[in-house]
Amino acid sequence: MSTASVLAQPRKRSLLRRLPIVAQLNQSVGVQRFMLLTGVIITSVYVLVAIFADVIAPYSYSALSGADGRNFGSQQPPGAAHLWGTTVGGLDVFSRTIYGARTALIVVVVAVVLSMVIGVLLGLLSGYFGGPLDRVLVVICDAIYAFPSLLLAIVISIMISGGQSTFWSGILSAAFSITVVYVPQYFRVVRAEVVRVKAEAFVESAKVIGARHSRILFRHVLRNSIRTLPLIITLNATEAFETLAGLGFLGFGIAPSAAGEWGYDLQKALADVTSGIWWTALFPGLAIVFLALGISLMGESLNDLADPRLRRRQADAGESAVPAETVVEAQS
Amino acid sequence: MTTSVDTVPAPDAPASIQPSGTASRQGGGLIRYLIVRFLLIFPTIFILVTLVFFLMRATGDPITAAQGGHVPPAQLKHLIHEAGYDRPLIVQYLQYLGQIARGDFGTTFTDHQKVTTVLLTYGSATLELAFYALIVAFLVGIPLGLLAAYIRDRWGDAVLRILAVLFYATPVFFSGLLLKLIFASWLDVLPVAGRASTSVELEMQLLPHPTGIYLIDAFRTGDPAAVPDVLEHAVLPAVALGLLTAGVFLRLVRTNVIGTFNTQYVDAARSRGVGEFRLVTKHAYKPALIPIITVIGLQIALLLGGAVLTETTFEWKGLGFQLNAYLGSRDFVAVQGIVALLAVIVAVVNFIVDVIAALIDPRVRF
Repeated sequence: MSTASVLAQPRKRSLLRRLPIVAQLNQSVGVQRFMLLTGVIITSVYVLVAIFADVIAPYSYSALSGADGRNFGSQQPPGAAHLWGTTVGGLDVFSRTIYGARTALIVVVVAVVLSMVIGVLLGLLSGYFGGPLDRVLVVICDAIYAFPSLLLAIVISIMISGGQSTFWSGILSAAFSITVVYVPQYFRVVRAEVVRVKAEAFVESAKVIGARHSRILFRHVLRNSIRTLPLIITLNATEAFETLAGLGFLGFGIAPSAAGEWGYDLQKALADVTSGIWWTALFPGLAIVFLALGISLMGESLNDLADPRLRRRQADAGESAVPAETVVEAQS
Repeated sequence: MTTSVDTVPAPDAPASIQPSGTASRQGGGLIRYLIVRFLLIFPTIFILVTLVFFLMRATGDPITAAQGGHVPPAQLKHLIHEAGYDRPLIVQYLQYLGQIARGDFGTTFTDHQKVTTVLLTYGSATLELAFYALIVAFLVGIPLGLLAAYIRDRWGDAVLRILAVLFYATPVFFSGLLLKLIFASWLDVLPVAGRASTSVELEMQLLPHPTGIYLIDAFRTGDPAAVPDVLEHAVLPAVALGLLTAGVFLRLVRTNVIGTFNTQYVDAARSRGVGEFRLVTKHAYKPALIPIITVIGLQIALLLGGAVLTETTFEWKGLGFQLNAYLGSRDFVAVQGIVALLAVIVAVVNFIVDVIAALIDPRVRF
């Protein structure tokens, strides 16, 4: 159920219960509620870890020695001194994994905000005004849509940093490339909705009253065109930090002295694995998997709840089911 | 086509396979669709190539990026002038477009090979890997998706769906590392990396006109140990890359089979006493597969992106591995060429997939 149809009901619910995820949690039951809740919990844990990384991590992401001035040593197995061992470069795996959450979440926020603002705005204008600009934008978005984001990320990281990444250039390469790939996704979905919504009677009434275009666009059309965004946001978020990790794995990520970054750690772990050293690969890898799992579970559940054929509803839920017209397929 | 709506529509639009040309109107629609779709390839390639060109050149030229700081400024200037990178950007761009139109994607800076030659040399390895990966994806994704639909909304379904998310959310280099750790390092049952053992590779190099597809070449050597050796090397990379797509397939099959379950023809079959298991495997299954064909087109992009990472993880000497090698030696002319060439491949493959989808599913032809 989207916020739009909830809004359409005569008796408004409290603001808290209309918040995107809270509303869906109330509406879901059984397995679906479990999956949504699991996703929310996992993601929240990462957000907390990212914020309090300084408190949680015993060492800095770039520390080679502790307070006593002695070097950690290379490839130390997990133990009391180093909870998850040390890397081949002598860095503490636990601390780097913790700080990695912060880097990942910054990328996610930058990428999602950029792609969403640009994509939604373009979709809105393109769908509402139509014309040649609309057609050109559709063709451009179609072209970019199917292109591997990692390849674009590589190209963009070369452009931004010449391939040698500091903290912000690494983050921006991942975020920009994801933006380039995801703008078309927001664009398509929003544009399709806008084309549908602008034919509705309430838009016509607004025009008749003499409302300005900007008012119609942002007060009437926009609100009714963003129902499928939650799913795309979650796909976008997952893709963003996985691209950062992919860049790191190829050696185009953020230097270890600039931030903790999981992809870099995995690249360094590639050789360790052959000699049976597991802790350098396992922990940063699991950090990626669980964050992706958390965000994806949220996205999947939200998508299912928007699709009446997949939704299980409480028998007493007296809500009118407005079928979602577009269900976006996870393809990343 | 692209924001794939993962549904099978209402029963009034049955997904029957119609031989094209039975009705003249429909046949005309198909041909028109194919022509329009074919013409769309060109703007797609043009846009992607333009994007890549300007992204790569926005901040400078490839020579400064590769050599800056390593050679004296005067020599650098000479190199830039020689390669023509000091001309106005628009001139370079037009020249680049002209080159692409003639099928010339440039010459690599480090080893002076044509990018198209690089593709021919290493493309077969990537193709072979993608093929194995698709097999894994089908073998894992479709049966599990059917099972998930069969036991939908029970805990087993939840487990399968979380599995699906795990499959496609795990970066391929991490699943590759785990597989290497378990099967190559600890259990020591499969090779760590590479496409074949050195002795087998030597044997294959002696063949007249090797295809570059190792499975075929291994058969041709006539050595009974060659084929198992090649297959052994392929297992881990194929599984790592295949599971990624398997997750997508699992989810898609589940959603679509559940969708077809609500249709009247399934109700009719059920009321005739067809068992629930047979309903899944015989009745609801086939129409649910059509969206998969459309999605395979999108998987090509995923597979290509994944191939760069998989090949790097397993030292599988394909296009992705080579791209990474050029990245390592900062040969950005090669990188630009390969990326542009991949853009063309993606555009053409998507066209082919759309054509296949249109041939078997009349609804696509609008």
